Amino acid sequence: MHGFIFGIYPYIALSVLLIGSVARYERDPFTWKSSSSQLLRRKQLILGSVLFHVGVLTIFVGHLVGLLTPLALLEAMHIGHELKQITAVVVGGVAGVMALVGGIMLIWRRLADPRIRASSSTMDIIILSLLLLQLCLGLLTITVSLQNLDGGEMVKFMLWAQAIFMFDANAASYVEDAPLLFELHIVTGLTIFLLFPFSRLVHMLSVPLRYLWRPGFQIVRSRKGAKNHPAE
Amino acid sequence: MKVRAQIGMVLNLDKCIGCHTCSVTCKNVWTSRDGVEYAWFNNVETKPGIGYPKDWENQKRWNGGWERTSAGKIRPKQGAKWRILANIFGNPDLPEIDDYYEPFDFDYDHLKSAPEMEAFPTARPRSKISGERMEKIEWGPNWEEILGGEFAKRSKDYNFEGIQKEMYGQYEQTFMMYLPRLCEHCLNPSCVSACPSGAIYKREEDGVVLIDQEKCRGWRMCVSACPYKKVYYNWSTGKSEKCTLCYPRLESGLPTVCSETCVGRIRYIGVMLYDADKIAQAASVENDKELYDAQLDVFLDPNDPEVIAAARAEGVPEDWIEGARNSPIWKMAMEWKIAFPLHPEYRTLPMVWYIPPLSPIQNAAEAGQIAAQDGMPDVKSLRIPVQYLANLLTAGDEAPVISALERMLAMRAYMRSKTVDGVINLGVAKRVGLSTQQIDEMYQLMAIANYEDRFVIPTTHREVVEDAYDLRSGCGFTDGNGCSSGVSQGKLFGGRKFVTPKDGWQ
Repeated sequence: MHGFIFGIYPYIALSVLLIGSVARYERDPFTWKSSSSQLLRRKQLILGSVLFHVGVLTIFVGHLVGLLTPLALLEAMHIGHELKQITAVVVGGVAGVMALVGGIMLIWRRLADPRIRASSSTMDIIILSLLLLQLCLGLLTITVSLQNLDGGEMVKFMLWAQAIFMFDANAASYVEDAPLLFELHIVTGLTIFLLFPFSRLVHMLSVPLRYLWRPGFQIVRSRKGAKNHPAE
Repeated sequence: MKVRAQIGMVLNLDKCIGCHTCSVTCKNVWTSRDGVEYAWFNNVETKPGIGYPKDWENQKRWNGGWERTSAGKIRPKQGAKWRILANIFGNPDLPEIDDYYEPFDFDYDHLKSAPEMEAFPTARPRSKISGERMEKIEWGPNWEEILGGEFAKRSKDYNFEGIQKEMYGQYEQTFMMYLPRLCEHCLNPSCVSACPSGAIYKREEDGVVLIDQEKCRGWRMCVSACPYKKVYYNWSTGKSEKCTLCYPRLESGLPTVCSETCVGRIRYIGVMLYDADKIAQAASVENDKELYDAQLDVFLDPNDPEVIAAARAEGVPEDWIEGARNSPIWKMAMEWKIAFPLHPEYRTLPMVWYIPPLSPIQNAAEAGQIAAQDGMPDVKSLRIPVQYLANLLTAGDEAPVISALERMLAMRAYMRSKTVDGVINLGVAKRVGLSTQQIDEMYQLMAIANYEDRFVIPTTHREVVEDAYDLRSGCGFTDGNGCSSGVSQGKLFGGRKFVTPKDGWQ
């Protein structure tokens, strides 16, 4: 079971994430959206949404960098594992609390406000609940981390994550003796990946950064260029 | 010179009777769906009033349109691009649905299913969003219909700027007019500029502004950016929608549904040629009052051989150039100068223009004392204050509005002499700077308003850009599911399953 969850499940989740997202983008672009509910109720949205997004994005980038930076690079930069762990705990903790507070505001609004409740899909509620669960688990792991500040536990997870991306068949063995909280945190995370293409989370892949350097303000479409394309 | 063709519209407010036929036919065709029940691509407001959504004209509140920076450039009033993106998680300039109105239906079933009781059963409203009972309907697309509501509330109307408005609250002094509104299909659209996804675009061949439903991600910046609040967020599909100027009809030479069904025959549609190179300059002139003239300067004379040659070089089809020559819009906006853009101060260079309404002479007792020259009263004595119309149509500049009202009065006086007295009144024509031929033309277009004079719409030229062979056995109109068979089993990606139209949405 351990081997499946930490050795095979990651591949299933990531494959579904990748193929599912491509398929949805290709097949059903009309459903690719952020699904904002701000129009229906402004109250609690602005503060909740900003806290939630800023928090979650900080944590997401933190995890990417934290897990996937090669150990050799860390050594070359003379960043000790203790320092890394403390940074992770502090930044992750602050961002985690922000995201949790924002998330609670959002889910409260989603469940308690009749307008938002009626226009929510089941997946909207599942994915937001999972994200909140994940935030709680993540914040709880801090209590475990604080008992041992040498950063050794984190190295195990780095080795595991990198082994997954290196197609190392023994990936699961790196986290053999990991505390239960961490294991649950990982499983929930992978499940979120698995559900990603079926939920509103896909809007993340459409961050409109291109807008910043889009030339000028106006967009004009001409049919002239469409000449050689068969009509839909 | 970069010649482009644009379909423009003129609404003759002098003839609008406020029947809402345009709104209703538009709604039946375009927005009788989940998520856009509250949206009216076309609505008719009674002015003065704060309108729909509430206070839409007040850009200090909604930050729509453009602003001129101290460097003399324009940028969206919401802010620079980075500023717009910074608001993506929560848009402070977005109206809430209650600013439009909570969509509702009535419990009609209760009328027949209610048990026997002392009082007659009633059909009470129920929210179309939450399905819950609504105790009170608070607002709507024509809430202030025919001076509905207290003057104190209606007089928050932004067009009262610079007017001593208290006197208009008195019964004897009050005034009203109708204002049908739709997307302006601007030459300098701010919705396009604010769309982070690049989903909104202006069509090169006819200037229609559309939203690509597959590219829209629902960042909802366009809703705030449009100063006319004519982009609507569909809360069900999570995409923004707007007036399409009925492009499938336009493409085959038919007027929009709102224009076709207008019982007052107040709407005119035609082609305008304009110089796309002049837009940036016209939209960024310093003084708001110069914006109207600046926009006139963007239009190109379709009778000028140089313009015609340039248009041909740019690939504007021959019948479009011909259409521009016969355009009712050109005549009203450029030749007679009786039509004006709605709120030019938003710097969007709108393309739905309005002929200001005449109104009764303010005080019947005074009527006899008003100095009338050539049978024409002073426009200053009309019931609707000229300043109010100017605030609506020319950023507050009264002179063009006065001239337009005088020309309309002159047309009436001239035609009255001609048909009643059998006298050609050259004096009145001369006073307003029109030739008798022009007045006859004005009369023909504005009073008779024949269908073929009102709508001069050249068809689209698909043959230039498409190979008809590719269109064979195409799938026709689809609903966002590409060219699939139309049967998507289940809802894997959260989309809705399309069944046959007979069965409807499920």
